[in-house]
Amino acid sequence: MTTTETAAAEPALHTITLTVNGTRHTRTVEPRELLVYFVREQLGLTGTHVGCDTSQCGACTILLDGIAVKSCTILAVQADGAEIKTIEAYAEPDGTLHPIQQAFWEEHALQCGYCTPGMIIAIDQLIRDNPNPSDSEVRHGIEGNLCRCTGYQNIVKAAISAAAKIRGDAPFEKPEDELMAETH
Amino acid sequence: MYPAKFAYVAPKSIDEALTLLEHGNGEAKLMAGGHSLLPLMKLRLAQPATLIDIARIPGLGFIEPAADGSAVRIGATVTYRQVQLSDVVKAHLPVVAETMSLVGDQQVRARGTLVGGLAHADPSGDMPAVVLALGATLVARGLQGSREIDVDEFFVDMLTTSLAENELITEVRIRKPGPRSGAAYLKFDQPASHYALTGVCAVITLSEDGKTISAARLGITGVGPKAYRPMRVEAALLGVDPTDEKPVEAASAGAAEGVDVQGDIHASPPYRAHLARVFTRRAVLEAARRATA
Repeated sequence: MTTTETAAAEPALHTITLTVNGTRHTRTVEPRELLVYFVREQLGLTGTHVGCDTSQCGACTILLDGIAVKSCTILAVQADGAEIKTIEAYAEPDGTLHPIQQAFWEEHALQCGYCTPGMIIAIDQLIRDNPNPSDSEVRHGIEGNLCRCTGYQNIVKAAISAAAKIRGDAPFEKPEDELMAETH
Repeated sequence: MYPAKFAYVAPKSIDEALTLLEHGNGEAKLMAGGHSLLPLMKLRLAQPATLIDIARIPGLGFIEPAADGSAVRIGATVTYRQVQLSDVVKAHLPVVAETMSLVGDQQVRARGTLVGGLAHADPSGDMPAVVLALGATLVARGLQGSREIDVDEFFVDMLTTSLAENELITEVRIRKPGPRSGAAYLKFDQPASHYALTGVCAVITLSEDGKTISAARLGITGVGPKAYRPMRVEAALLGVDPTDEKPVEAASAGAAEGVDVQGDIHASPPYRAHLARVFTRRAVLEAARRATA
């Protein structure tokens, strides 16, 4: 990382290089530039959303070096040198949906769609950590993502169906009482 | 929301970070994962002139048993996620591994650090209660050298610790419970934020015959301006039959005694004090059950 001196009393700008969805980008940023705005406004990848902007809602979730994070609570300079994957890179170039996207389609897991990119990436993380999650494990796993439309039912169904597809199994039937066993 | 302007530096060594901190004249802040500090900066509740990002300092990402086997050492840049997935933590400090799933959410745990969370000293953070109950030592490094701070001396007040302005915590050493011990952390959380309205960690050690409590350490968070040990409860539990709910309940009555119990829109002070008593009883009973299991 190199720094560029600007007018006196102004903090130095930083030149950073990130690989986003397989493409390297070098840009000069203010230290206070948040990663989510870097991705949306500097790179034009507006699939990553800003919801609450207070690290609660998860609409800004992206993969940073392969791990789901909230990009509204990371400075772009902190991500210098990192690899980032956003929702734009989930479908194949020919338009074939990622299994989680396909499951969202099939299970009607979105209404307005605002939370969906973050939900899909959070579920991607959840399934990679736990390939066969129960209903309650999905609910616990997506506690950092808020949806104000669906009531979560179909999102949970989609996550479980996507996990089964990714494993190559038939969907796993989970006991309903597990749903009540956890408080969140 | 943008933070106020600040200069950003990412030192490559502890000494470089400490020099920057010293030159910051109190206007510089250390950051590892930034998941406590950046939200405050975005709300302009914190406006440091310089942000010192210690995440790129090599050698602070360790999780390992202490040489004498009595504790687990966790370095300053270790995230909650790394703690949660650590086989060392699962084997030696199962209550810490278990608590991880209650801290924030999976994305927050991917960035937030355990040591950073302790340094932030949020009055409703989970881990302050857990480290108080288990017992721990924080290693603070300054330009003049290192010192060890017992966790009992660490939390001073809301968002305030005994760490000096020019010091950096390099690691926390969390003590392993001894034989015939069990530990449990139980939390009553605010359902939107998942912050603890009350969280109680109990570490209970049984007598050799397993019939009475021979040692008890507790940590309570979410109730007062800082996490604390309810010393009178700990004393009152000694000699008690841990399978008998009545004396445990009686001992737990002092869980919020002498504490400046906080209130907010989610829970009034009397309600929080009530939760502290109830969760103390439950945590003690559960820890004792685990000690016999």
